[in-house]
Amino acid sequence: MTEQTQDRLAARRPGVDHPGISVRPDHGHQGGHVERTEKTFQLRQVSVHYGGSPAVRGVTMDFFQRNITALIGPSGCGKSTLLRCLNRMNDLIPAARVSGELRYHGDDLYGPRVDPVQVRKLIGMVFQKPNPFPKSIFDNVAFGPRTIGIKGDMRTIVEQALRRAGLWDEVKNRLKDNAYGLSGGQQQRLCIARAIATEPDVILMDEPCSALDPISTARIEDLMLELKERYTIVIVTHNMQQAARVSDMTAFLMVELTADERSRWGELIEYDDTSRVFTNPSDPRTEEYISGRVG
Amino acid sequence: MVTHQTPRTTRTRLAVAGARAVTASGFGRRSPADRAGNLLFFALLLLGLAVAMVAIAAMLIWMAIEGASRVDPGLFTDGPSTINPERAGYRVAILGSVYLILGVIVLIVPLGAGAAIYLEEYADQTRWYNRLFELNIQNLAGVPAIVFGILGLAFIVRGPISLGFIAAAGSITLALLVLPTVILAAREALRAVPPSIREGSLALGATEWQTTWRQVLPAALSGILTGVILAVARALGEASPLLLVGATVFVTYDPNFFSGGYTALPVQIFEWAGRPQQEFHELAAAGVLVMVALVLVTNSFAIWLRNRFERKW
Repeated sequence: MTEQTQDRLAARRPGVDHPGISVRPDHGHQGGHVERTEKTFQLRQVSVHYGGSPAVRGVTMDFFQRNITALIGPSGCGKSTLLRCLNRMNDLIPAARVSGELRYHGDDLYGPRVDPVQVRKLIGMVFQKPNPFPKSIFDNVAFGPRTIGIKGDMRTIVEQALRRAGLWDEVKNRLKDNAYGLSGGQQQRLCIARAIATEPDVILMDEPCSALDPISTARIEDLMLELKERYTIVIVTHNMQQAARVSDMTAFLMVELTADERSRWGELIEYDDTSRVFTNPSDPRTEEYISGRVG
Repeated sequence: MVTHQTPRTTRTRLAVAGARAVTASGFGRRSPADRAGNLLFFALLLLGLAVAMVAIAAMLIWMAIEGASRVDPGLFTDGPSTINPERAGYRVAILGSVYLILGVIVLIVPLGAGAAIYLEEYADQTRWYNRLFELNIQNLAGVPAIVFGILGLAFIVRGPISLGFIAAAGSITLALLVLPTVILAAREALRAVPPSIREGSLALGATEWQTTWRQVLPAALSGILTGVILAVARALGEASPLLLVGATVFVTYDPNFFSGGYTALPVQIFEWAGRPQQEFHELAAAGVLVMVALVLVTNSFAIWLRNRFERKW
C-alpha cells in the first residue's frame, strides 16, 4: 500500500472530496443490472474476538460501491459486530480485537497510521434505536458538519441533508424544536439526515427499522433506495423481506458452535446477489433459514 | 354505502350480557386484609413525611417567634456588637458567607465535574488505581467536617500552602469537604446520559473530547448543577471546619477574600447563641432566619438554573 492512500484515511481535510465520492456516475440501479465496478470494502479472513472468545470468524467478502448490501442471520451470528468493524466502532470496546485484512478502497482500515475518528467521518452509521441528540432538529443535523469543521452555510447544509432524508417538508417550520418531539420514524430519518450531513462515503445501518412501524419502515426503505445513488449502504436486518426488498447483495451469517457447545461465534455462510440468495441459495442452511425452518 | 352495525338479534344480546356477567365477577372487591394493609402502608408513608415536616416547621416557627422582634433592615446592614445586642446585625457574617460560598462554587464546579468526567468517561474501571480513587471518594464523603477543618489548618492555613487565616483558606477547606459529594452526584448525572448519545456522536466522526464536551456534558448539566446546589447548601451551614481555619467569632469590618479576618453566618450564630443574655438569643434566632432565607435564595437560583438546562429523553 502506498503512503498516499494511507494519508487519505489518516488526515482527510474537511471539504476535500475523497475518491469515494468524487466520481458519481449518473446511472444507478437499473432494471436488475447492478454496477459493481469499485469495491468499497474488501474483507479477508476477518475475525473479531471479545476478550479472547470469538464473535465472528474468518469472514471474506467484498462490499461494492453504491450498492445496498444486507447482512442477515439469526441473533448472535455477529452481523452487528461485523458492521461495527467497518467504521471501527469496535475500537470503543476495550476488549474487542479485530484480526484479518480489512481494506477500504484498497487502504488498510486497521493500518497503524489510520485514525478511527477520520474513518468515522467517511463512514457514517445509523443505529437500531433512533438516537437523536437532546437538541433542536437543526442542531442535530448541524452537529456533524460543525464538529468535523465543514465550512459553508450551515442552513444550506442542514436543508440539503433533511431534503435527502425526506424529512424537510415535515420539519421545515419547526427546525428549532427539540428532536424528541418527533415520531420514531421521523427521529430515525433525522438520524439518517444527521449521518449524511457530513457527506460520508458509506452509511452503515444497524437494524434501522426494528423499532419502527410498517409505514415508517416503508419510508426508510424508499429512502435507502434513493440514497444508494450517492452512498454505499450496508444494512443489518432481522427482517428477511426487508433484505429482499432493498438490497442488491445479501450475506447470510450463521451461529457456529464447538462440539461441546462451550463456545459460539458467527460465520459467513453465503454471500451473493440478493435475488440468488432468496430464490436459489447454494447452501442448504441458507435455504432453511430464509424459508423459516431455523433461526 | 355499507354501514357496519351490530346485529341486534336475541342471540347477540344474550352473548353480550353473558360476557358482561363474566367480566363483572372477575372484577370483584379486594379482600379486607389487602385493603387494611394498603391503608397501613399509606399511613406509614404519611408519618414519615409528617415527622420531617413537623421538625422543620417547629424549628422555623420557634425561631420566627424568638427572632421576630429583631427582623429589620439593620439586621442585614449593621455589624456585630457585644455592647449593644439590640443594634447588632449580621452584615459582616453575611458577606463572609457569600464570599466563602462563591469561592466554593468556583472551586467545586470545575474540580467536581472534571473528576467525574475522568472517572465516568475515560477511566478504565478494571485498573486497580481507578477503583482505589472511587473507593476513596465514597469514603471521603462520609468523613466528619471537623476532620476537614484539621486538614485545612495543617495544610492550607499553615504547612505547605500557608495562606493564613483568610476567607480563601476557608473556601478551599469547605470545597474539599463537599467535593466528594459533588463528584458522586456528577457521576450519577453523567451515567444517566444514554450511551446511544455517545455512540451517535462518535459515529459522526467526533472525538471523545468533542463528544464529552458538546453532547454528554450539556446533557448532564442539570444533574451536575443539582449536586453543586446541595453541596453549596451544606457548605453554607457548616461551622465546625471554619472555626479551625480562622473564621473568628468577632469581626467588625467587612471581610476581604484574600486578607484579614472573616466570619460566617453559622459561626456568628453559634457565638451569639452561647451568650447568657436573652438579647443575644433573639439575635441568634434572627440569624437563623437570615440563614434560612440565604439557603432558600441559593436553592431557588439553582433550581431555576437546573430547569433551564433540563434535558429529557
